[in-house]
Amino acid sequence: MPLAAALRTWLFRLRRDESLPIVLGQRRIFILPTATGYLFAVVLVVMLLGAINYTLSLGHALVFLLAGLGLVAMVHTFRNLLGLSISPGRAEPVHAGEIARFPLHLGNTRSDARRALGFSFDANAEVFADVAAMGETRIEVPCQAIQRGRLDPGRLTLTSRYPLGFFRAWSYPFPLFTCLVYPRILMRPLPPPTAVDDAGEARGDAGHEDFAGLRAHTPSDPPRHVAWKSVARSVDAWPLLVKHFAGGGGEELWLDWALLAGEADDETRLSVLTGWVLAAEQAQLAYGLALPGLRLPPATGAAHHDRCLEALALFGNDPDVPPPAR
Amino acid sequence: MFRRRPAEPLERATVPWLLASAVATTAPHVEHQPHWLMAIAGAMLLLGCWLWFSRRGLPPRWLLSLIVVGGSTAIWFEYRTLFGRDAGVALLILFMALKPLEMRSRRDAMVVVMLGLFLLLTHYFYSQSIPTGLWLIASCTLLTATLIRIFGGAQAPAVIVRHAAILLLQATPFMLILFLLFPRINGPLWGLPQDAHSSRSGLPETIEPGTVSNLVLDGSIAFRARFDETPPATPLLYWRGPVMDEFDGRAWRAIRAGNLPLHTPRVEARGTPLAYEITLESHQQRWLLALDAPLTLPSGAVLTARLQAFSREPVRQRSRFAFTATTDYRFGRDDPPAMIDAMRQLPRQGNPQARALAEGWRQKHASPTAIVAEALQYFRRENFVYTLQPPLLGNAPIDQFLFETRSGFCEHYASAFVFLMRAAGIPARVVAGYQGGEVNPVDGFVVVRQSDAHAWAEVWSAESGWQRVDPTAAIAPSRVEAGIATALPAGEPLPALARIDLDWLRQFRYRWEAINNRWNQWVLGYNPDRQRELLRDLGLGEIDWRGMTALLATLSGVLLLAITIWALWRRPPQDAALRLWLAFCARLARSGLPRHSWEGPQDYAARVARERPALADAVRAAADAYVAARYAAPQPRALEQLAATLKLATRQLH
Repeated sequence: MPLAAALRTWLFRLRRDESLPIVLGQRRIFILPTATGYLFAVVLVVMLLGAINYTLSLGHALVFLLAGLGLVAMVHTFRNLLGLSISPGRAEPVHAGEIARFPLHLGNTRSDARRALGFSFDANAEVFADVAAMGETRIEVPCQAIQRGRLDPGRLTLTSRYPLGFFRAWSYPFPLFTCLVYPRILMRPLPPPTAVDDAGEARGDAGHEDFAGLRAHTPSDPPRHVAWKSVARSVDAWPLLVKHFAGGGGEELWLDWALLAGEADDETRLSVLTGWVLAAEQAQLAYGLALPGLRLPPATGAAHHDRCLEALALFGNDPDVPPPAR
Repeated sequence: MFRRRPAEPLERATVPWLLASAVATTAPHVEHQPHWLMAIAGAMLLLGCWLWFSRRGLPPRWLLSLIVVGGSTAIWFEYRTLFGRDAGVALLILFMALKPLEMRSRRDAMVVVMLGLFLLLTHYFYSQSIPTGLWLIASCTLLTATLIRIFGGAQAPAVIVRHAAILLLQATPFMLILFLLFPRINGPLWGLPQDAHSSRSGLPETIEPGTVSNLVLDGSIAFRARFDETPPATPLLYWRGPVMDEFDGRAWRAIRAGNLPLHTPRVEARGTPLAYEITLESHQQRWLLALDAPLTLPSGAVLTARLQAFSREPVRQRSRFAFTATTDYRFGRDDPPAMIDAMRQLPRQGNPQARALAEGWRQKHASPTAIVAEALQYFRRENFVYTLQPPLLGNAPIDQFLFETRSGFCEHYASAFVFLMRAAGIPARVVAGYQGGEVNPVDGFVVVRQSDAHAWAEVWSAESGWQRVDPTAAIAPSRVEAGIATALPAGEPLPALARIDLDWLRQFRYRWEAINNRWNQWVLGYNPDRQRELLRDLGLGEIDWRGMTALLATLSGVLLLAITIWALWRRPPQDAALRLWLAFCARLARSGLPRHSWEGPQDYAARVARERPALADAVRAAADAYVAARYAAPQPRALEQLAATLKLATRQLH
């Protein structure tokens, strides 16, 4: 088996492409007849027998023309891939369970269009692109993101049966592709803010004077404090937000790993934390993230949000962050 | 490596292509298939169009199965088989018409295309003419375009068709190589079904009133002959077909070969031998229509006791036969007495008036020659009329013709003449064949049509053997000298195209028939012999099928390699603007101002302006135009502008 695998690697050039853009040369394009192609060949043989049997001179000519067409189609199918240049783009992060989309920029330096180029990652849906003569196009190849972390979709499969479908030419471009996959989202009510130690004051959630932001609704909140305007802005906002008034004491919202000690496993904890980050971000609260070995101080904004989600995505399997001590 | 794909759904927009393919490949069969079948096929295809247009679902499968079973049963009733040629074609048409009603996946579409290819071949069962060939090229392009549409996605139809045509053009060299070099085998490979060669036209096996005159209305070509030298004069062109020597009171037919002594007549040539080659259209008979009298026969042919050249097998396809003949000859002087005796026989009863007339002649003249002359004189004297539309004859046709109606066509005259001769005791027989022919000035072939069909007589005497007597020539001499059209009185139905007076139309017809002839000779008649001949002429000597296969493989390989190299060849990705600019820089370099490799266009222009103030404006304009064409947002005419500017600037360098 290892020998076969090595042979496959050698034959199909299953190695990472180092230089970009990838320009497909003839050494890495493979071609075989399709089922349609075999059917066509059988039809031709039967037609030839008929032409011989009935001494149809034009029948011979027709069969030979079609045979020539088959050969020409082979060259054209091969040519449809040959010289295509492929540059990978940056894939937008997704959550586990969603579909990651890897963008590709396709370039054609030939004065004929390339058509019906099918791109897929193993066992994922195939997407098709055409590239105009001397043109460029962009295509997004989907790949199911199953686990959080960095998604490596593996090699691309590029196939083409254009123009006649008698042959299937394919190639395995293998650019360095990666997509950040955030944990799955579990929506739970936000934890209550915690008082800041160094302020030297009591817990400040008793205050009613100064508006200090929004937080998730808890059953004990008076209905007067529900931030109806905020709810109205985004109907599907959940959990319900209440206005949070600080009584002068400093307090911070910490989305803390330690708060979720009761959850079944680490992944659930990460999912809940992810849901919290999204909820807090949506509510425009300042929040901090505390993971074993990593503390991101409270802040707001897209950059902070991304940093938090990345930390959650890579938690435990990134060499920069030590795994949680259990 | 391959994973099993689920059935790919068919794009809605490909359906019109498939329907058009189905129509194009089935439509020409209207001519040969029963009308009910073509009506059903048309209705199904229309239904397919309508369902597509109104975006309705396809009919349920059980309904289609019902139609298939019903249609097949009807075809069985029509042909009494499902496996013959015509029945097979009928089934293919039925399937082709029904398939669009169950086109759901791409696989169904492939079935339509493959059925279409098969149907293309079946058209050649019926016709291999040039128009059929052209129609099939168009259909083949349509099928290819359909595939391109299915596998290439939406494009303008004209673009798709053009692409299909290009692919077929690229396939043509392969076709030529294969056509010329593929080792040809003489079919059939297996027994042909009974209906393989259904079309049968040509001379009848029996002669009775009306059998030849029916043929005369047919302007189609019976055969062509090419003489190595000048063809003999038209009155000498008697092409011998069936010879009939037994009379049953109404019709003449040939005595069965077994009832005649085995014998080959001896031909004494008195003139120079003429070499010629006949290209005979298929007529499903064994006679080869050799010119009287044949001296040498093609291989595979035999000479019968009646001087007919017969092939071993019926002529089932257009074939070539090479003969030599002479028009000045004597034959049959040594025919066995038993055979000569048979040529005197008449039925015991019937046609008493004719018998009496002949008896009178026998008593009047001693020599057969005089009796023959008397008979011809009789035809000439008694106001006989030569016509295609003679009155019908009753129970005593010879008497009725000779003494009442007195109008008839060649078979009437030949038949009455032979009857009179036999009644007068002279051995005589009826010969059917063709008389005359028309030299096509374009290619020099003598073209003989069905309308040249003729019947004449032969009489025997011990001194001169069998001699041809053409009683028609006595009544209408121009029939033999100038052809049927001039011999018939005005107002007779036109033998198709025979009476064309328009010169340009005649010229056009000559040309068209010459093209057709060449097509027949070289394309349709390309058989193992022609192939060997061609390869010999190409200087390849005698090569067998192994040599041919090797040559074929080599040439195809070279061709494929050439196409592959063309496909792999990649132009350097240098754009047109850069090319123009570099050429301009090279021109400047020659006038002593080379561009440094690190210099951009603007810097270079500035330096040139400093060093040669005279050129400043021209070079700046050139650099600006280049920058605009290469780096600015694409503009429609930037490239042309650049070319014009550079041309102008180059001119200032002088």
